[in-house]
Amino acid sequence: MFDATILLVDDEMGFVETMAKRLEKRNIQVFKAYDGDAAMSQLGKHPEIQVVVLDVKMPVKDGQTVLQEIKRDFPLVEVIMLTGHATVENAVEGIHNGAYDYLMKPCKLEELTEKVREAVALKQEHEEKAVEDRMHDLTHRMA
Amino acid sequence: MQIEEKTSYDKLSRNIVLTVLTVSLAPLILVGGLIFDQFSSIYREKVYAHLGEVVDKHRDNVDNFLEEKRSEVQYLGRIFSYDQLTDPVFLAETLRSMQQEYGRIFVDLGVVDQSGRQVAYSGPFDLLGADYSDAEWYKDSRNTDTGISDVFLGLRQAPHFIISCNFHSGGKEWTLRATIDFLAFSHLVENIRIGKTGYAYLINQRGAFQTKPPAHHDKQFSLTPVRTIQRPTAGEEVTIQETEGSDGETYITVSSSLRNVSWELVYHQNTSDAFSAMIRSELFTLVIFLLGGLGIAIMAVVLSRKLVAGFKLVDRETELMSKQMVETGKLAAIGELAAGIAHEINNPVAIMIEEAGWVSDLLEDETADMNSRQEIERALSQVRTQGRRCKDITHKLLSFARQTDSRVTDVALAPLIHEVAEISMQQARYAQVNFDFDLTESMPEVRASVSELQQVFLNLINNSIQAMEETNGGTLTLSCGIEGGQAVVTVADTGPGIAAANLSRIFDPFFTTKPVGKGSGLGLSICFGIIHQMGGEIDVESSVGIGTKFTIRLPFSLTEE
Repeated sequence: MFDATILLVDDEMGFVETMAKRLEKRNIQVFKAYDGDAAMSQLGKHPEIQVVVLDVKMPVKDGQTVLQEIKRDFPLVEVIMLTGHATVENAVEGIHNGAYDYLMKPCKLEELTEKVREAVALKQEHEEKAVEDRMHDLTHRMA
Repeated sequence: MQIEEKTSYDKLSRNIVLTVLTVSLAPLILVGGLIFDQFSSIYREKVYAHLGEVVDKHRDNVDNFLEEKRSEVQYLGRIFSYDQLTDPVFLAETLRSMQQEYGRIFVDLGVVDQSGRQVAYSGPFDLLGADYSDAEWYKDSRNTDTGISDVFLGLRQAPHFIISCNFHSGGKEWTLRATIDFLAFSHLVENIRIGKTGYAYLINQRGAFQTKPPAHHDKQFSLTPVRTIQRPTAGEEVTIQETEGSDGETYITVSSSLRNVSWELVYHQNTSDAFSAMIRSELFTLVIFLLGGLGIAIMAVVLSRKLVAGFKLVDRETELMSKQMVETGKLAAIGELAAGIAHEINNPVAIMIEEAGWVSDLLEDETADMNSRQEIERALSQVRTQGRRCKDITHKLLSFARQTDSRVTDVALAPLIHEVAEISMQQARYAQVNFDFDLTESMPEVRASVSELQQVFLNLINNSIQAMEETNGGTLTLSCGIEGGQAVVTVADTGPGIAAANLSRIFDPFFTTKPVGKGSGLGLSICFGIIHQMGGEIDVESSVGIGTKFTIRLPFSLTEE
């Protein structure tokens, strides 16, 4: 029923609230978290989360660290980074840490939704591949 | 501050000058004075010694002369008898013989009997029968065998002196006397000119001149001894004194007593004349010294001026450099501040845009009347547009901040381009753009700032991708290699291309073909600036409907660095 289910992580509450409302109007389910630990906890509680939209600059635990944790604990979840300023170093680091893509704040909503859909598609692809591989293993084992 | 500065430099200058002068002049004066003094005393010694010797020798001459004459007269008296000599013809003959033999130094001859009467005479004067019993010379000659009289005018009324010899023969006592030619004798005495003012003469025991006194002095001229020069090595026969004349000048007076007669040979010379050579060389030395001193003083002043000027320069430069460093520090701080502000602003702006978007979303559901709705939509659109302007402004700020932190290193181009392409990979896929790589992995490195190069490549790649959105995708070709001794990077797309009219202005700041709010037009101008600062070139080729190609040329880093 939803096109996608995402987790929106940003320490700026106003941003998160408004963004969530807008996304939901576009048929995207949004879970919210205002810091890294909350994000991890949400991911644990809601395995239906497909994509995380993650702010880079956050107090206490910054975005790159959270990204690494997510990729470690929930490897199939795709992460889109949101950055207040695009230093290339940030972007490169993000990609190396496993982010799917990055966007600059303030971003066009359409761009975000498009990227979310892409990420979801990619995730499904990976999942199907994973299942296939498993099946292959099993059948081989049996044979 | 300025005035303080000036005087402290002046003080420094003065100190340097004083030090140099003291250090160079003090030993100079010391040594110079020492040598001067030594020279002075040695020279004086020599002069005195010389004078003493000369006078001594001269006195000897005079002595010998007188002795000679005396013994000649005595000889006459010994070989001829009283009778012979009192014969006028014989006497005349004898005189002539003497004069022939010894020159006209003998003026006349005469025989005087024991009563003092001249009984025989041969000579130019009419003195036969003259009575000398009262004459000084005759009275003086009574006590000795031979005698030499003082110079006197006598009966002839002309200066002369007499050599007399007493004989005792034939039961008689008689005296043979001869007159010595005063002029010739004078010449002999005076013939001791040394220097310009040296003059010799004879004086008797009472100080009366026997020969002519110096011509340039009047009769009243007298010499007052000031001090006697001690000469331990000299004989006692010569006395050297420093005297002051009645004309106010100082003289050296050298005197020596004659042996045969109680006369004194006196030689005197102006001190300045005697020491003229020494005084000349002393003056010369002094002049040299003064000139040298002047030279040193001038050099000291010039040197110190130059030094101080040099110091001033160095101080100024140091001041300038530290000011520059402070400025750079300030700039870096401002850069950081700018980055911080940009960060801070982005969040509220993002929220504003989202809220506007949200209102816009809600509006979609409402069926408000036409006019208001359009107007609200327009207004919201404005909010979004202005928000994006804020974004662009903070971008500029951040790019400025980034520029103040551009460290130059050796950069390998191929991996860098890969990295940057990776970032845009997703966007490319979204725009249906394919990457095509032609990167020379093993090319030498260029000397540049990593962040700046990233900025440039990213800008070009994003521009290309954006352009190809219009053509529903295409191919983005990235290449790097060596060409003509330089590194060459190309970013080529198969986009719509750029119109020839716009091509020439493409690197101009604020030039953009994008509608308002969609790009500041700064990207390419910044790229241009960055590349040129690195010493490279960037240019563009484009054909409408075919594509665009940007070419960047960069110099390689110098190998030994």
